[in-house]
Amino acid sequence: MRQFLAFVKKEFFHIGRDKRTMFILLGMPVVQIVIFGFALTNEVKNAHIAILDNAKDPAANSLIQQIDASRYFDVEKNLVNYVQVEEEFRKGNIKLALVIPAHFNEDLIHFNKAQVQIIADASDPNVANTLTSYASAIIMDFQSRMTKNKSLPYTIQTELRMLYNPQLKGAYNFVPGVMAMVLLLVCTMMTAITIVKEKEMGTMEIILVSPMRPQLVVIAKAVPYLLLSLVNIATILILSVTALEVPINGSVLLLIGESILFTLVSLSLGLLISAGAASQQTAMFISLVALFLPTIMLSGFMFPIENMPLPLRTMSNIVPAKWYYSIVRAVMIKGLGISGVWKETLVLTGMMLFFLTMAIRRFKIRLA
Amino acid sequence: MQSIVVKNISKSYGKKGEIAALHDISFEVETGSLFGIIGPDGAGKTTLFRILTTLLLADKGTATVEGMDVVLSFKEIRKRIGYMPGKFSLYPDLSVEENLNFFATIFNTSIEENYDLIKDIYVQIEPFKKRKAGKLSGGMKQKLALSCALIHRPEVLFLDEPTTGVDAVSRKEFWEMLKGLKAQGITILVSTPYMDEASLCDKVALIQKGQILTINTPQGIVDEFEYPLWAAKSANMLQLLNNLKNLPYIKDVYPFGEYHHIVLQSAEGVELLKKYVASQTAEKIEILKVVPNIEDCFIGFMNK
Repeated sequence: MRQFLAFVKKEFFHIGRDKRTMFILLGMPVVQIVIFGFALTNEVKNAHIAILDNAKDPAANSLIQQIDASRYFDVEKNLVNYVQVEEEFRKGNIKLALVIPAHFNEDLIHFNKAQVQIIADASDPNVANTLTSYASAIIMDFQSRMTKNKSLPYTIQTELRMLYNPQLKGAYNFVPGVMAMVLLLVCTMMTAITIVKEKEMGTMEIILVSPMRPQLVVIAKAVPYLLLSLVNIATILILSVTALEVPINGSVLLLIGESILFTLVSLSLGLLISAGAASQQTAMFISLVALFLPTIMLSGFMFPIENMPLPLRTMSNIVPAKWYYSIVRAVMIKGLGISGVWKETLVLTGMMLFFLTMAIRRFKIRLA
Repeated sequence: MQSIVVKNISKSYGKKGEIAALHDISFEVETGSLFGIIGPDGAGKTTLFRILTTLLLADKGTATVEGMDVVLSFKEIRKRIGYMPGKFSLYPDLSVEENLNFFATIFNTSIEENYDLIKDIYVQIEPFKKRKAGKLSGGMKQKLALSCALIHRPEVLFLDEPTTGVDAVSRKEFWEMLKGLKAQGITILVSTPYMDEASLCDKVALIQKGQILTINTPQGIVDEFEYPLWAAKSANMLQLLNNLKNLPYIKDVYPFGEYHHIVLQSAEGVELLKKYVASQTAEKIEILKVVPNIEDCFIGFMNK
């Protein structure tokens, strides 16, 4: 036990004295949360649009005001003809143009029917889709206000309710994703590198020729990173609750427990990689290519798994982050208890046992 | 009593074992003696050390350390030996004191417990105990590595090229330390590529391309040298070397410091050499008889 503690202490010296690495390890979650929370977002805000108003009557004016008032659009220009519309799109000044025909008000009043045209720049299809639906929604809203006092023969009103995330905040989606990514990076890559480093430096040779049990060496190398991960989990949770206003609806204890489980999976994976890799570069490369990329692509964090073809959907099942990601979403956002995530927990536990057994079995008690 | 017994050890690397590192090596090291493995780089010294320190498995043959098999009883052996690899293998970001403390703890002991053993060595680096190991000079690094290898009072000490890359003064000091350790009853197996260090061992094995050339005391090896050895020098050394190579009564000639060493086929050659030197009037050649040293013997064995 004394040996074990001395080893852990030595590991902390290594981490503590490499200020740059420690800064990266502890600063990474903060930076990621800030970047994802405030800079990288697929919510559309303040899109530049142009209006071609051929009517210039009261109804048209009030429609334009309503659009301008929304936080999604900024009316950049008032145009006078179609040629200008095309020109503005070409220059890339606007994302969307709204064309109001002449006699808009009259048509509306006399024929109970009027048309407006929405033209969108579909070079980015997602943005175009989002903007046109926002614009349509505003126009629908405008129409319902106009018909407020009249009774229509048939109307179906849709009432939308967004469960768990009523404001449709992107943060609800990426906080669990960032947690998975940070834990995986810190635990897997750092443990893999730190063990391989000892092999490279030649210190592993002396440690092997000591009475300390090799399995104990492996575990002692992992302990500091487990603690570091706990700090990171806390940082992410505190930041997301305070800065991003993402609530923790479920039990905090359960969330931390599941996070520790995922950390253990990542640590075991790191140990497994270190058993096979001969140099720090190899260890880093395996961690990045074999773990980091699938985590980003197949965990459901960036791209919805449901939309993927069957082979990819099947593959996503072996990505540990996928299970952790859905656990965090269930516990943190939906507020579910253990009964809601027992299946995922079981899968992660199985993965951890498998990787750990493999890692310890493959750890060499000799050099070759 | 024999501390190390090596019997017919062979080891090769590569997928098909095409690169032979050790070929049928056998030797014994007496308890409490200082045994030197002398050979050039790539002779197989490090492989041999790794097999004996239980870090590698031999393809063939058996070896015991303190009577225990290196394969079957590797755990027990690891408790009793001290090993200092050829490459500096301590933590450069830990201070001198922290390194020593760490190794003392993982070997289940403490600095205080065995301080008397390392005292003579450690006092030399103690003024720098707060300094990071990576910032020490080459000689001090070796002293620290030796202290770390000794801290658990091992019965057998394996030192793989401890003086490579160390200045001449530190090398001399290092060998003095080894004598001190030997006096404490520790068996020491040391490897070195420096032939001049062979005379400091009780017994040496000359090793070349994975094979042992001879095993003897340093004096015994010199005595084995059976040919007359002379040294020659002139203004044009290269010309001299080429000329001497063509003489039939000369077995071997090679540059050696500021002289060329000449190995003669037999005692009769001495007169012929003297005559030859006298005949070369254009260039003055100076010759003298020399006593062979280990390096001469090594070259002699290599050419056998």
